[in-house]
Formats: sequence, structure tokens, C-alpha cells
Amino acid sequence: MNLTLVTDHDTDQAVRAASPLAVRGMTVSYGQTPAIFSVDMTLRTGAMTAIVGPNGAGKSTLLKAALGVITPLAGLVTVFGGAMADMRDRIAYVPQRTSVDWDFPVRVIDVVMMGMYRRLGLLGRIRGRHRALARDCLDRVGMTHFAHRQIGQLSGGQQQRVFLARALAQQADIYVLDEPFAGVDAATEKAIVAVLQGLRDAGKTVLAVHHDLATVPDYFDDVVLLNTQVVAAGPVADTFTEENLNAAYGGRLTTARADPESVAG
Amino acid sequence: MLADALLLQLGYNATLVAIGAGLLGVASGVAGTFLFLRKRALVSDAISHATLPGVGLAFVVMVAMGGEGRSLFGLLLGAGVSAAIGLLCVHWLTRRTRLGEDAAIGAVLSVFFGFGVVMLTVIQTMNAGRQAGLEGFLLGSTAGMLRSDAILLAVSAAAVLALVLILRRPLALAAFDPGYAEATGWSLPRIDLAMMGIVLVVTVVGLKVVGLILIVALLIVPAVTARFWTERADHVVIIAGVVGGLSGYVGAAVSATAPALPTGPIVVLVGFGIFLFSLLFSPRRGVLASVLTHLRYQRRVHVRQGLLALAQGQPIYEALTQRLLTRAGLILPDGVPTAEGQAAASKALLDETRWAIVRGDQAYALAATRYDGLTPIETVLTPDQLFEIDAKISAPEVVA
Repeated sequence: MNLTLVTDHDTDQAVRAASPLAVRGMTVSYGQTPAIFSVDMTLRTGAMTAIVGPNGAGKSTLLKAALGVITPLAGLVTVFGGAMADMRDRIAYVPQRTSVDWDFPVRVIDVVMMGMYRRLGLLGRIRGRHRALARDCLDRVGMTHFAHRQIGQLSGGQQQRVFLARALAQQADIYVLDEPFAGVDAATEKAIVAVLQGLRDAGKTVLAVHHDLATVPDYFDDVVLLNTQVVAAGPVADTFTEENLNAAYGGRLTTARADPESVAG
Repeated sequence: MLADALLLQLGYNATLVAIGAGLLGVASGVAGTFLFLRKRALVSDAISHATLPGVGLAFVVMVAMGGEGRSLFGLLLGAGVSAAIGLLCVHWLTRRTRLGEDAAIGAVLSVFFGFGVVMLTVIQTMNAGRQAGLEGFLLGSTAGMLRSDAILLAVSAAAVLALVLILRRPLALAAFDPGYAEATGWSLPRIDLAMMGIVLVVTVVGLKVVGLILIVALLIVPAVTARFWTERADHVVIIAGVVGGLSGYVGAAVSATAPALPTGPIVVLVGFGIFLFSLLFSPRRGVLASVLTHLRYQRRVHVRQGLLALAQGQPIYEALTQRLLTRAGLILPDGVPTAEGQAAASKALLDETRWAIVRGDQAYALAATRYDGLTPIETVLTPDQLFEIDAKISAPEVVA
């Protein structure tokens, strides 16, 4: 996360070229009220970044607009300095669990295979190495035993692990997750964090919408405090302060956070 | 008679119809699967009803150009064009206005169908052309089926199968997880239009066989039926094709056994028969299976709870529990446990104690997810792990 105010066009281009994912002037609106307004965000390579903010702050909207799932009113997205359309292979996505048809006739292993559909194309044969990769990804999230279950028979936490395995199968450089810890059990949260930190340590970049303020300093390196606009962004140590949190959450902070002392500052 | 029909011994026309209906069934079953999985089954209803004005207009145009107006190709072309317009109307209304898809379907279906009925009524009063038989597009008519019609069905069926084979990955992705499909670079509107295009082809070529009102059944019923038999999307496609083909072939054969039996409705009824059988008797998702599974599960829970009550010296209140335990020889009619019952009870209590430790210890987090109150713990953990856990059970007693 780069906090220096960049006004010069060429300098910003250099900053964006160095960033795995950079967003400039992103505005999305449902009807006449903007859900996010003129958001800038610059991810750092090999860092875990959290997008944090109150309900309705536009956290998921920012993710979806950055990935091109929804069309923004205005805004520019670059991936390693290039256009998103050319860089899709480098981004893996874990959507919110609620957006999926869980009664769909598909087994766990088939869901993981979906992570390879883009590389396989329309007619590419699924070969032994693809299956091996899928099994390996399941193993990394501890779901090997469930490979042949129908996806709807799993618990919420197990489903989330399978989604993470699918993202791993994409073998991307950037991992974008929408509320990965929402409604999952403690063991799953631990397992997911371990996988994500492993990715970061391997030089990958992780971006996640996160709702639990207490765990932000433990899990993440950088944080974007969002409330329609960016309130503050940067390394957790400098950015995740009482003052910035109050600015982002208004007066609701006391109800949003159980343990104010745990905030780094 | 029916055997003759099934073996294609009832003459040239009956044979053509049986083969044609079978091919149409395969194509519609396969095409309808992703429509059903995408939860957009009713769009096919809008498409099929929107064919009618096209049939009427094509007839009028062909008569105006000096023909008889009976060229099947011309009529189907008209049907295809007006169905495509209807489909685009639904698409536009859903995406660009605040109307939901259900309202858009209702509006397009009724307006197009109403317009088509007006067209046909006007055509009946015209003095030019040979209009007799146009109403066959409503409920299908196979009496005058030609070799060329059967070939058209075969070619379309092959095209539909090829398209679904090519597009199976994006189609499955769009139905299961549309947000992920878009985020990984597939265009959702294009996938949907391709799917609708496939359905449109099946609808148009199926008009003469089952008619525009019943073609919906042929698109949806096979897929719904197939869903009862498998948990895999690719298998649903294959089974739906088989069910559709079987309905078409058998339905046409049955209708050929008597002059008064209309082909389209019989085909749909055969499909319904297979659906009903699947609904009741499918081993995993069927009604019968789920009732039995529930009863078996309830009994296991009762026995387990009864054993735990015995082990803790508590009374058993529920009559069902008492009956089940008595029948299994675990207690005597007066409620006193037999030797066997005592052994089973202490085993159940030991299981429960071990589980409590597993569930309270993060080291066993993965095993703990398999707790359901019934699974014997030795099927989940190794003897070594059990030994470790048993050490923890006795440890506090030693301290005390």
C-alpha cells in the first residue's frame, strides 16, 4: 500500500505498473446513490490486504467492480500495469457463499476443477495432471475426504474451504476473497488464514473483505478503511488506528468491535 | 400392437414419427437441462408461445409472394424469427427495466400468443393459400410427417448435442456460480443467449411434432427427471437426453397404435410417467427414499438416546424408544436392561465421552467435524488416537 499522494501522471503509471492490482477513481452506483465513490486502492505485492468498513460501506461492491463483475460508472483498474481483460489468468476469486446455488448437481472435486476451466478452454481434455492438481488443492484446505460429496451436503465452513481450493486451482498471483470468514467455524477460519498466509509468503497478493475488526492486526498486513469513500489506507500499524476507525464507523464503533484495546496503533 | 409399434412395424409414417420424436426428445432433454439448472425453465414457455405470430406472418408473406404458404421451412423460419424477437424482449425487459424475469415472461408470452391467435383467425378467413393445418402448430400434428421433416429433426438434434458439448463448461459455471463465471472472464449475457439460442432451435423444430404449448414439457420434464438420479451436472445432461428420447420414441409408438391418439400429448404423458416413477422411487432424492431415510435416522437417534439414558440410570419416557430397545433385546419389557443392553449402553456412553474430548480439542478439529451424535468414534479415529483420548478421560480421576 502506497500512501504517497501521487499527482503526476507518469509517476502514478509507474506506481500502478508495480502494483498487482490498482484501482483509480472507482465509482459504482445502484440508482442515484453511489455505493462507492471515487475509490483509489493500490495493492502491494506479497501482502495481505483487508477491506474493512461498516455495513453498506461498499466493500463487496468495490471487489466486484475491480473484478469487472459489475460495471462501474467511472474508474480504472490495472493488473500488474495492464488491462484486466488481458490479466484475468492472474486473479483468483472466492465469491460470497450466499451467491451460489447449493443444490446444483456438482461434486466437490468438480467445483475445484472449475478453477481450471479458463485454462482448459471449451474443449481442452481434463488430464491426469489436472486431476492431481485438483486433489492437491483439496488437500491444502483439508477437504480430501469430501472430494466426491455433493457440494450442498457440506457445512458452511467446508463449502468455503472448497471455494478456496477452487481459487488455488487457478494458480493465480492475486487472490480476491469476499467475506471468506462469514459464517464459518473457528477451525475453518484458522485453516483458511494459514493457506492465505502461505500464499503471501510465496509472494502472492491477497485481498479480502473482512468484517471482524478484532482479527485485522493478526491476519493482515495492509488495510483499506472504506465508508463509500476511502477513509484511510496503508499498513495496519499506521492505518488501523482508533482515530481512523472512528472516522470510518462514525459513532457505531463501540457496537461493531468487541475489544477496543486489541487495535494496533 | 404396441410391440409392433416399438419395433417400427406399423408402416412408413409411424416409423418416421417414432424416429423423429425420439430425436426431438434427445435434443430437447439435453437443451433443457441447463435451462432448468439455471432456474430459467419458464423462459422456454415465452419462446415457444412467441413462435405463433411468426408462423402466421410467414404464411401471409408466402401467400403474398404467390405460393401456397405451406412450405414447412418458411413457416419454421418465421417461427424462429419471432421467437428470437420474443426472447430478446424478455432479455431486454429483465436487464434494462425494473421488471423481474417472471413478469417479463408473462408479458411477452401473452402478447405474442394473443397476436399469433389473431393472425391465425384472420388467415382462416382469407381466400388465398391452403391454410388448413396451421393450427397443428398449437398442439402438434404428425400425420403428414415427411422424410425431410425427420431429416430436419436429425440435423437439429445433432447440432444441439454438438453445441451443448462445446459449451458445457461455461453453461455449468453460469448455472452454478454466475459471479465466479464473470470474475473469471466468461461473458454471462453471451452464455445465456447461447443457451437460449439452443433452446430456440429445439422449440422451432419441435413445433410440428408436439406443438408450441407442449414443447415446454419436453424441455423441462427430462431434466427434472434426470436430477433425481444423479448429483453430477454432466450426468444430468446424459440422463435427460435418454429420458427425452425414450419419451419421444415410446410416446410416438403408443400413439401409432390407435388412430385417435395424438402424438404430442402422448409423448408428454410418457415423459410424465418416467418423471413420476423417479419422483417416487429414486434411491437418493425420491419421496419414498427420503421418508425411509428419515424413519431409519429417527430410530437410530431413539436407540442412541435410550442407551445413553440407560447408561446414566435415567428413565426412558418415550414409548417409541422403549419399543425399539425392547425389540432389539436391549431391555426387558419392564424397562430393566439386559446384559446385552448394559454393554451397548456403556459403549454408547464411552463413545459420547470420547467425542466430547475430541470436540473440545483443537488438535482433532478435522475429526470433530464428523460428529453427528451417532457415528461410532472408532470409525473416525485410529486406535493410537483413541488411546491418547482415553488417557485424557482417566487423567482427572487420577488427580482427584
